[in-house]
Amino acid sequence: MKKVFILIIIAAGLASCGKAREATFYDDPGKPAYGDTIITASIGEASNLIPILAGDAASHDISGHVYNGLVKYDKNLNIVGILAKSWEISTDNLSIIFHLRKDVKWQDGTPFTAHDVLYTYKIIVDPKTPTPYSGDFKPVKEAKVIDDYTFKVTYEKPFAPALQSWSVGMLPRHLLEGTDITTSHLIRKPIGTGPYIFKEWISGDRIVLTANNNYFEGKPFIERRITRVIPDLATMFLELKRYTIDMMGLTPLQALKQTDYPGFKREFSKYRYLGFSYVYLGYNLKHKVFGDRRVRKAIAHAINKQEIIDGILLGQGVEATGPYKPDMWAYNGNVRRYEHSKEKALALLNEAGFEKREDGILVKDGKPFEFTILVNQGNDVRIRTAELIQKRLRDVGIIVKIRTIEWATFVNEFIDKRNFEAVILGWSFGPEPDLFDVWHSSKQGPKEFNFISFENKEVDELIMKARHTMDQEERRKCYFRIQEILADEQPYTFLFIPYSLVAVHKRIKGIEPAPAGITYNNTEWYVPMEQMRYSSRATLSP
Amino acid sequence: MLHYLLKRLAFMIPMLLGITLISFAVIHLAPGEPDIVGAEMNPKVTKEIRERIRNIYGLDKPIHIQYWMWFKRIVKFDFGISFAPDRRPVIDKIKERLPITISINILSMVLIFLIGIPIGVYCAQHKDTISDKFLTSFVFAGYAMPTFWLALLLMMFFGVYLELLPISGLKSFNYSEMTPLEKLWDLMSHLILPIGISAFGGLAGISRYMKNSLLEVLRQEYITTARAKGLPEHIVIRKHALRNALLPVITILGLSVPGLIGGSVIFESIFSIPGMGQLFYMSVMARDYPTIMGILVIGAFLTLIGNLLADIMYGVADPRIRIG
Repeated sequence: MKKVFILIIIAAGLASCGKAREATFYDDPGKPAYGDTIITASIGEASNLIPILAGDAASHDISGHVYNGLVKYDKNLNIVGILAKSWEISTDNLSIIFHLRKDVKWQDGTPFTAHDVLYTYKIIVDPKTPTPYSGDFKPVKEAKVIDDYTFKVTYEKPFAPALQSWSVGMLPRHLLEGTDITTSHLIRKPIGTGPYIFKEWISGDRIVLTANNNYFEGKPFIERRITRVIPDLATMFLELKRYTIDMMGLTPLQALKQTDYPGFKREFSKYRYLGFSYVYLGYNLKHKVFGDRRVRKAIAHAINKQEIIDGILLGQGVEATGPYKPDMWAYNGNVRRYEHSKEKALALLNEAGFEKREDGILVKDGKPFEFTILVNQGNDVRIRTAELIQKRLRDVGIIVKIRTIEWATFVNEFIDKRNFEAVILGWSFGPEPDLFDVWHSSKQGPKEFNFISFENKEVDELIMKARHTMDQEERRKCYFRIQEILADEQPYTFLFIPYSLVAVHKRIKGIEPAPAGITYNNTEWYVPMEQMRYSSRATLSP
Repeated sequence: MLHYLLKRLAFMIPMLLGITLISFAVIHLAPGEPDIVGAEMNPKVTKEIRERIRNIYGLDKPIHIQYWMWFKRIVKFDFGISFAPDRRPVIDKIKERLPITISINILSMVLIFLIGIPIGVYCAQHKDTISDKFLTSFVFAGYAMPTFWLALLLMMFFGVYLELLPISGLKSFNYSEMTPLEKLWDLMSHLILPIGISAFGGLAGISRYMKNSLLEVLRQEYITTARAKGLPEHIVIRKHALRNALLPVITILGLSVPGLIGGSVIFESIFSIPGMGQLFYMSVMARDYPTIMGILVIGAFLTLIGNLLADIMYGVADPRIRIG
């Protein structure tokens, strides 16, 4: 037994000797070279690799490498062409003519043409296709192929989100037309136009992609992408510390404390950018107390947003004041802010008819001010945010209860039935600033997203105006005004926008954090020849 | 014997029917519906899209009709197509995960029996000594310790600090490029921790069974007789006592058949093993009715078969019991 133990120690010693490298080994930026493998991990397995059929991030992460849209967002969130070389918008703002690149081939060698675009459009709007993305294509009046490389789409009326909707992955007509897309073999073996070719999918374990030698923007430098399924975040973090995965999103605690040691710093770089999401406290405006704007404003004053950011996110977030993040063109920073002030909160509540009882609790018409915040189970940040809010509101004399509920029950029994007083939830959004689905007063039906019952005529008009103009300056004005109104009305108390924190292995170069995140240029990432880690013995077919 | 078997098998049919009926009702009682395209709280999914999708999947029909539709398929051994966005046949999803779970469970069961039975025998022979107490504490520690905690500690120790064993998964990323010998080692090194830990948790049960059963036998008069006629102690134990003491253990073997297809969610998640536990958990969370029902039916069937098997094995192993 003793001998075995000594052997283990010796083996461990040897193993660690072999790995020891100088702290500066990876600092040399080197020259771009082809080769190496990047291994990433995902907590959920991809479900469906035809982009229009999948709603989950894990699937889109993979299919995004295999398929291209006509347009995409660049690092600063501007729309640029990818399969479309250029486009024209007609003078009446009703139609877009896309001029497609002529040098694009599907990964099986067939040329990509405007017929593929038309097919993709038709299959999305086909009522038999179970896709979550048909909403953006409903306003299309006519779509037609002008010639092999020119495609024209016409809308009923000017539709601002039109251009970005064509970032959806284009599907190969020659492989899909006439088949039932929901049972197509492309679901598990995609063939696209993108920088990576699908190679292998081992269920529940990993998906392997290899570089597309014939990619029209040039072959990507990194030869292979492996995405492992690791359902447990603690395990994933251990794999990262073992250097067996190359990239992972970190929690604030992991980023600031648990990776703060020399071995990790030698091997990994950490990047930070604002994520496309915000967390809010939403009020049920149909509720008697919350119908009063002064009450909502008072709560906004009573909450200390900075304390939430510092205490729960460890400073890794910024204060949210509206439905956008600060580096978007639609963001308006000059809206009314509610500084943390107990006095102001109390003054507003007194105005609304609340009186302090001798035990410090606020009372109106003999009833104490008491309400419940609902949070969904499993989201630790939101639960702890609720606790901080509970404490701050208690300071001004409001009793808050917190209820944690499993997600499906939360949505179906409480949100959909409007059976709540206040909720802490988050929205993820995209670079497109349209607010129709969440804020327009017509979106209050069951399973629609204006579940707090927000109604404001001016906001409704501005949303529609911004949605139906193609002029970005005009849209900006509308969204600026909407943000002012939302800040003033406080239907939500916008809380914070968390930073995305990502660790990437240092040998991978060419990463530049931008408003779009870090993965927007991942075909340009490279590993210098002398720093490559995984050489592949397997021959790769083009 | 044959008559008995047929009777038992015939009884299983109404039992299975009842199980499916109750399961179907219960899973539909849970709030929420299949989240078919990640549609829950996704602003892109309008109400019309949702209705369209519900119609495609037959979710807008009353529940008894949905059950009837499912039942008509199941009698033809058609488990249907998953509601998950991958739209794969349920049977395929089960088929690719079942072998992994079964092999891991069999391996760990073999390990449990190989270690647990000797521990039980040793403890019975050395009842109330220090080593008995130590072994008993050891196996109970394994039983009481949360697997995920132990797993994380050992992964940290062997994986991150010593860099000896891989942390999770079943195969390395370059598995397909390895030589057969490397492949074998790769697979083994991935399995050491999961199998070791799951076996550690199972030692207590079997060793306690073994110990008590052996102690019981050692009190019998024929053991006294064996000793009285001057047989050496190890022959008394091996030939006379152990054989009789093993009978109840054989029953346990039969009863653990249904357990072979069940996986633990926590355990599989921590080690990233794509097994049945995860599949079941994910399909429950996504309200993927066809997959849930598929797993439940197979599980119920195996439980019934396992019970039958235990009864038969008992009769085969113990000549005093005759079936039929």
